[in-house]
Amino acid sequence: MARYLMVLLIMLLPIEALAISAEDVVKKSQAAFHYQGKDFKARVVMKLISKGGAERVRELTMLRKNYGESGGDQKFFMYFFQPADVKDMTFMVYKYPAKDDDRWLFVPAINMVRRIAAQDKTSSFVGSDFTYEDVSGRDIEDDTHTIIKEEKLGENDCYVIKSAPKRGDVDYSYKLSWIDKIHFLPIKEEYYDRKGELYKVFTADEIKDVKGFPTITKRQMKNLQSGHTTEVAYIKSDYNIGIEDSLFSERFLKQPLKKWIE
Amino acid sequence: MNRHGDKDKSLSFRSLVLTVLNARYATAAKLTLRAQTLAAALRFTSQRTVSKTHLFTSETHPYRWVMIKVYIAMVLLLPGIAFAADVSLHGFMQGNYSLGTKANPDGGDFKWGEERIQLKIDAAKEPFRLFIKTDASYDHIDEDSELELRETYIDYTASKWDLRLGRQIITWGLGDLIFINDVFPKDYEAFFSGRPLEYLKKGVDGIKIGFYPESVSFEFIAIPIFEPNNYPNANRFYMFDPMPMVTNREEKEPSATFENTEFALRAYRDIAGFDASVYFYRGYFRKPYMLPDNLNNTTKITLFYPELSVYGASLQGRMLDGVLSLEAGHYDSREDRSGTDYTVPNSQTKFLIGYQKQLWEDFTAGFQYYGEYMHDYSDYKKNQPAGLPIDKRFYQLATIRLTQFLMHQTLKLSLFSFYSPSDGDYMLNPEIKYNFSDNVWAAIGWNIFGGGEEWSQFGQLDKDDNIYLQLRYEF
Repeated sequence: MARYLMVLLIMLLPIEALAISAEDVVKKSQAAFHYQGKDFKARVVMKLISKGGAERVRELTMLRKNYGESGGDQKFFMYFFQPADVKDMTFMVYKYPAKDDDRWLFVPAINMVRRIAAQDKTSSFVGSDFTYEDVSGRDIEDDTHTIIKEEKLGENDCYVIKSAPKRGDVDYSYKLSWIDKIHFLPIKEEYYDRKGELYKVFTADEIKDVKGFPTITKRQMKNLQSGHTTEVAYIKSDYNIGIEDSLFSERFLKQPLKKWIE
Repeated sequence: MNRHGDKDKSLSFRSLVLTVLNARYATAAKLTLRAQTLAAALRFTSQRTVSKTHLFTSETHPYRWVMIKVYIAMVLLLPGIAFAADVSLHGFMQGNYSLGTKANPDGGDFKWGEERIQLKIDAAKEPFRLFIKTDASYDHIDEDSELELRETYIDYTASKWDLRLGRQIITWGLGDLIFINDVFPKDYEAFFSGRPLEYLKKGVDGIKIGFYPESVSFEFIAIPIFEPNNYPNANRFYMFDPMPMVTNREEKEPSATFENTEFALRAYRDIAGFDASVYFYRGYFRKPYMLPDNLNNTTKITLFYPELSVYGASLQGRMLDGVLSLEAGHYDSREDRSGTDYTVPNSQTKFLIGYQKQLWEDFTAGFQYYGEYMHDYSDYKKNQPAGLPIDKRFYQLATIRLTQFLMHQTLKLSLFSFYSPSDGDYMLNPEIKYNFSDNVWAAIGWNIFGGGEEWSQFGQLDKDDNIYLQLRYEF
């Protein structure tokens, strides 16, 4: 009897109360895209393809550990296999939601660990079409989010979210995201420049289930203005592998253990 | 070739081992070569070739033989490890040429001209790892070839500590081309001749032990065999010499005995988001100083390396969207604590403030201010012999580094400049580097020196401007 009453009550509610807010969609998307599991490891192959078709390849292992809830602090560790001139280079980020990240780079040729001053919002990640922020996620509070429509993109029922930066701290004036209604991963993102012209497009080209977590295992970012494209494939990925806190230290930046980087 | 190497790669690897076996001669070759290259110091030392006490007498350098044997053992171990472990082989082929804008002291035009191949062999079977980095090169100026072990060491890794034994490159401190607590050997000839930056650092033969308890990390280093800095070759570079008439010179390095073993300790941890380190070093100045046999009628000059202890600290962290670096060190000149001996440098306090910030996409600017304060300055001035240049009490140096990446970070434009507000001399180094592909890059740059006095650090190199080319295929 209680169940029928409940259904009746819900049917009487105004339709808006059922609808999810833009903030909730973006929060769920952030959790699905950047915070799944306690930790995460992926072997990443990145292809940088010029307008003329010339390819450059970056291959790395990326490790990530969450500290606290979704949207909280995270630590990243990256080890580069390719290209040859950056082989054995490692890179570490302490990411904080409300303030600038801390970043360290290890240069093996001179056995030196340095902090680096790159800004994550506009800096290209290793020369690709992705910024650092695309790799580690952007703070939700940095943008004003609105649901502009709901539509089907291919097989996926999506919310279409418009995110406009509150400050002019990025290269785009706004972004449209097609976020899947089931797993909340972004299927497509369109970046519009200051003149309102579409100039960068992100697409999730393959989504696989890894240990119960839907994971984008192939993605690309295409710059329509320069004709440059970056394709990213996770050739191995895993969650909840028990990454120790000690990994994120100068010691292992200089001498990463094989078990973490292989 | 990547780390999880294929089976068939191990065959080509074995033939490579033979090549590497030859590298055991490199230690010996390198040591004798070093004796031929004059250690003429940057600020007021000699530019004459000196005779040198023989390096291979077992009485004076017992450790040297021990180390050579250790390296031979490491190389011999390699085939065994190669079968058991994860092995990778990488390296590069490189051409490196530097043309002086004026003729060299010996009339030549080139400051550097060589082809080089480097092999890096990494064999790991946890908890052990063997790493060998060896160079073979041909120098067109002196028309000779050289094999050099750049690094060769064994790592042992435990959960709370680790150990590295052998020839290794160690980098401490925060300075960008300014070294306070980085008391390890440098190759300034490489730096001024337009060689790739990694050649500024020289390896040391020693042991490094790391301890990693919960709250603080420690690095302890013992170096039984002294390695001096390398300074430009007097045939190729004009440098200041206060006593050019005295050509009879002898270089005397600290002998490799237990008492002479250098020790260095670093402790580091995070303090409120800043990377904090304290440093201690007990060893020697790596720049030679001149000891005349008789000041009024000098017939012979001994170049020696005075005893030195360094106490230092550094702090680095985020500040106003950039990175702030602070470093200081007290140089305790143990052989001249009163400051009265003119042949030995006085004690000094050195400090550095650095700030680096990204100003726009792929453009970073770095600024450093460095000061060197000489203690017991009045005693120094009183005792400095007439005719020798006099250092200022407070030496200052400022640097600017600008770096712009373009074309998806394949093109790099950079400018590094030193300028001394106290001495008025400078060095400028603009450089363009382009990555043609993932394997091939080239860099063209210009080293420009001038200003100051004929004895000041960069002023003395006034006639040594050079334009260099580095071309590398990496695999």
